[in-house]
Amino acid sequence: MRKALDTVRGNVLLKHSLIALLAAALVLLVMESVSPFRQGQLAMMAYYAIAAGGLTVLTGLSGQLSLGHGAFMAIGAYTTALLLQEREGALPMIVIILIAALVATVVGAIVGVAAARLHGPYIAGATLALAVAVPGIALHFSSVFGGEQGLNVKVPEVPRLADDALYFLTGTETSTSEWVAYSAWFLLIIVYFLLANLSASRIGRRWRAVRDDEVAASLAGIDLGRDRVVAFVVSAACAGVAGALLALASRLAAPGSFSLVLSLTLLSAVVLGGLGSLLGALLGSGLLALLPNLATSIGSSMGLSDVKAAELSPLVIGLTTMLVILLAPAGVVGSVRQLLAGRGPRATTAAAGTPGAGADTPTVAEPRG
Amino acid sequence: MNRWSRKAALATSMVASAVLVASCGAGGRSESSSSDGAAAENVPGVTDTSVKIGAHFPLTGVAAPGYSEIPSGAKAYFDYVNSKGGIHGRKIEYIVKDDGYVPTNTTQAVNELVQKEQVFAIVGGLGTPTHSAVVDFLNSEKVPDLFVSSGSIKWGDKPSERPMTFGWQPDYEIEGKIIGKYIKEKMPNAKIGLYLQDDDLGADGAKGLKQFVGDQVVKEVKYTPGNTDVAPQIAALQASKADLVVGFNVPSYTALSQLTALKLNYKPKWFYTNVGSDPKLVGSLLAKFSKGAVKDGNSALDGIMTTEYIPGVDSADDPWVKLWTKVWDEQGKDGELTNYRVYGMSQAYAFVSALQASGKNLTREGIVKAIEDGGAKWKGPNKLPFRYSKDSHLGISGVEVVEIKKGIGEPLQDPMVTDLGDAEIKPDSGTAEQAPNESGLPDDIKGAE
Amino acid sequence: MQQLITTLLNGLTMGMVYAAFALALVLIWRSTRIVNFAQAPMAMVTTYIAMVLIEGGLNYWLAFILALLSGFVLGAFVERVIVRPVEGKSDINAVILTLGLFIVLHALAALVFGSDYKSFPAPFGVRGITVGGHSLAITPFGIFTIVAVIVVMLLLLLLFQKTDVGLQMRASAFNPEVARLLGVKVSSMLTLGWALAALVGSLSGLLIAGGNLVHPGYMDSVVVFGFVAAVLGGLDSPLGAVVGGLIMGIALSLVSGYLGSGLVSLAALLILVAVLLVKPGGLFSHASERKV
Repeated sequence: MRKALDTVRGNVLLKHSLIALLAAALVLLVMESVSPFRQGQLAMMAYYAIAAGGLTVLTGLSGQLSLGHGAFMAIGAYTTALLLQEREGALPMIVIILIAALVATVVGAIVGVAAARLHGPYIAGATLALAVAVPGIALHFSSVFGGEQGLNVKVPEVPRLADDALYFLTGTETSTSEWVAYSAWFLLIIVYFLLANLSASRIGRRWRAVRDDEVAASLAGIDLGRDRVVAFVVSAACAGVAGALLALASRLAAPGSFSLVLSLTLLSAVVLGGLGSLLGALLGSGLLALLPNLATSIGSSMGLSDVKAAELSPLVIGLTTMLVILLAPAGVVGSVRQLLAGRGPRATTAAAGTPGAGADTPTVAEPRG
Repeated sequence: MNRWSRKAALATSMVASAVLVASCGAGGRSESSSSDGAAAENVPGVTDTSVKIGAHFPLTGVAAPGYSEIPSGAKAYFDYVNSKGGIHGRKIEYIVKDDGYVPTNTTQAVNELVQKEQVFAIVGGLGTPTHSAVVDFLNSEKVPDLFVSSGSIKWGDKPSERPMTFGWQPDYEIEGKIIGKYIKEKMPNAKIGLYLQDDDLGADGAKGLKQFVGDQVVKEVKYTPGNTDVAPQIAALQASKADLVVGFNVPSYTALSQLTALKLNYKPKWFYTNVGSDPKLVGSLLAKFSKGAVKDGNSALDGIMTTEYIPGVDSADDPWVKLWTKVWDEQGKDGELTNYRVYGMSQAYAFVSALQASGKNLTREGIVKAIEDGGAKWKGPNKLPFRYSKDSHLGISGVEVVEIKKGIGEPLQDPMVTDLGDAEIKPDSGTAEQAPNESGLPDDIKGAE
Repeated sequence: MQQLITTLLNGLTMGMVYAAFALALVLIWRSTRIVNFAQAPMAMVTTYIAMVLIEGGLNYWLAFILALLSGFVLGAFVERVIVRPVEGKSDINAVILTLGLFIVLHALAALVFGSDYKSFPAPFGVRGITVGGHSLAITPFGIFTIVAVIVVMLLLLLLFQKTDVGLQMRASAFNPEVARLLGVKVSSMLTLGWALAALVGSLSGLLIAGGNLVHPGYMDSVVVFGFVAAVLGGLDSPLGAVVGGLIMGIALSLVSGYLGSGLVSLAALLILVAVLLVKPGGLFSHASERKV
């Protein structure tokens, strides 16, 4: 029995590692062949995906709806900005990102404890209030946080080691923006690796049990509160990392970056891709990062002014979200998976996948027994 | 999966990865590659027959009233110049992007302009909080950042830190100084309340003002652009019994402060910075708010003091205004000539002067040098001269204090010039505006060879 | 003292608006157990419709009434067409659906009406009232706001308590199965509930807009504050919504006036958390919690 379980677990880990390696190689290939502008867009996709990954685990696997992840991103971004006010003597970038994640985690723990007792619209409303409150705090304490103007971020130079390594691999010099893009993607791979393994582990199974049937889970001895808080903390940490990368990529931490619309579109991206699916989160984030530019081009060619064309993007995202919920609540990845498994696209809940089919783990790789 | 096939899978993946990576160009480091950076001949945005420039403006959002008209004025003047053959044979292509006065959007807009559109320079980017988000980027990418539409001092006080950036309008600190000195001389007993935007616009203005009348200030309130409820701020001013309120704010907030004061029956004397005080615009904003309680148009701001530095549409006899009217008639799109469009044209004139001075061989470093070397002597609609030099990238050196009567600014004092810090304030020594050339172009400026 | 009175009066006026919005949320919750986060942009859209009509030359009051009617229609439409398929199913789906609608309405408004900040007329004049030589920080329009909300609430009360339709609506909300058996057209009652709620929501949107700047996002903070007000009073209780709204209005005005406007959202969050942790059902709840 133990040997079989070990093989399964070993297998999952191996599978995830292989995928991670291939992904890293792919990133190198793609990044080198696109313009700096596209690199910036790819960086955006990466940090959205990190936040979305955390959110999909929270909402999809653990069943807790959060509309406030923009707030955790803001916390990560402002922490980063505060630590990077001077370029000289700044800590290494990776340390800064970890600190940002840590701060977001601490706040996430506090919020998570409060949120663990709420469900449905209450947790939605509370996290909505959080999403609006955090930028307001930054505005109020404007001497520290720079007010509406925000804080400029002085991105540190590319570390010597990384510069050499990347030169070895790609044959070209790396600018700081490129370096940020690379970091974003490598962090994405690492974060998703961790999330996928977490999701396939015992904790992941407990999350799903709590989501599907609180009463049964509680009877089975699962501590509802603690597991919920863990899920919240994990997702807040992801959002903190994403926020740090956002600050580095746009060289700015300002309240305007963390509007209500950000939190809502993040949730939409996750729903579109399929709640609980990391691949879905990645796809949704790709949409978020690339759609605005595309929409503006299409809109302009349709004769709309630039400003109006920019509104096409949220319109499309909102409409698609509504259609997905109405017609295919399992999202793109979820529906495809269901179709492949021979079932129809309608499921009872967006989050549940297929209730009762125990081994259904909507992650990047599926374990096979 | 048995052990063998697992090993095979692992091996295959590693080989695949290695192949992929090698195709990126992996290999030892040789001499420096030449792939990066523009080659010497190719200046971004410049061809023999055209020069492409970009700008970010709040076409929507809380700062849009008024400011969104500036680019249409600039475009009209550029089109006029193009209709006369351009400068040194180059026509000007002008791309404007909306940032809604939100700094995050500005970074995206400027990224697109610099990296996707590959503009030669950014001209007239608007907004203190917004442009602050992109100024470091533009300087590190060595993109000329000319004539920022904002009066923050950081566009020009330290050229060593921001060599590519130039201001244009009088900065808020010198405006504050001149206003402060005027108040000290003419209203020494006034109790001053400050109504400030919560960023450099408010901070720089207050700094200049306090140099002279710091002891007369009884209350300072700040607002954040985006939050349109200023009742707490105005109530606080009222409670402090301030009888003269000096505002460094954008036009929507002028209207809001007026409206709120009406609500609270608070009637101090008002003094607004020139960026927030166009009577026609504020009047039309106010008129909509209530049916008949506040009348439209020019009487809305009567009795309010402000400053000026270029002639506005109400000075119909001014030779520059005649030029702008001609330009707008020929090239303007919808709407009439407003003071914001005049601002846009005046600023555009400065850019065209810079193009002229750079000569046929147009480069990014070249245009910066041209402004530093000759800018202070250029002729233009500005009533006071520029301060451009190697040590200062700040623009117009002073303002004229006026009081608005029937929608027109009546001068209360001669135009004064000064500089940052404790530089003296003195009347302008006569480099006041001269009339424009016959052609309407700055073709008397000698270009660099 | 002057400042305190000003702040309180400001809070009272805003409080009535939050009360109206919270009432809209409560009406929808009672009938379909959904929190309609899209209520804010729905109100925003009807306000824009009013503005277009007024700019086209229509009399303010006529435009006002038409805007309310359009709210009614919009509410019915949203319930029938969009929300019907997810009623009774999982919580999360409904919330996400209303959020999607939130984004769509925002974008549509910006596309159709433009994102500019526009000023919205206030028909009663905007000069503060003077009482016995002291000026009060309340304008005739502010008084109108208070009166309008009270009138609407009384009308709703009459509707629910004294009319047949009201009885049917209450029955449908309380126990749909039994109501159906008794011949009540439950689905129509649900639609009517949403329509009425949207009408009340439109009212709050129009009242905030008067004498203020309007733009596609201007109602967004109201959804947060209105939600907190509704929860504060108890999502099941219309009276609670009104009381909650007033409390929120005054509390937030005090915070804004004395502490700073940036802290207002934080204050709302803290109030919400306090209520949910201490008395999750709200101040006026009568349903008790089910514990396992």
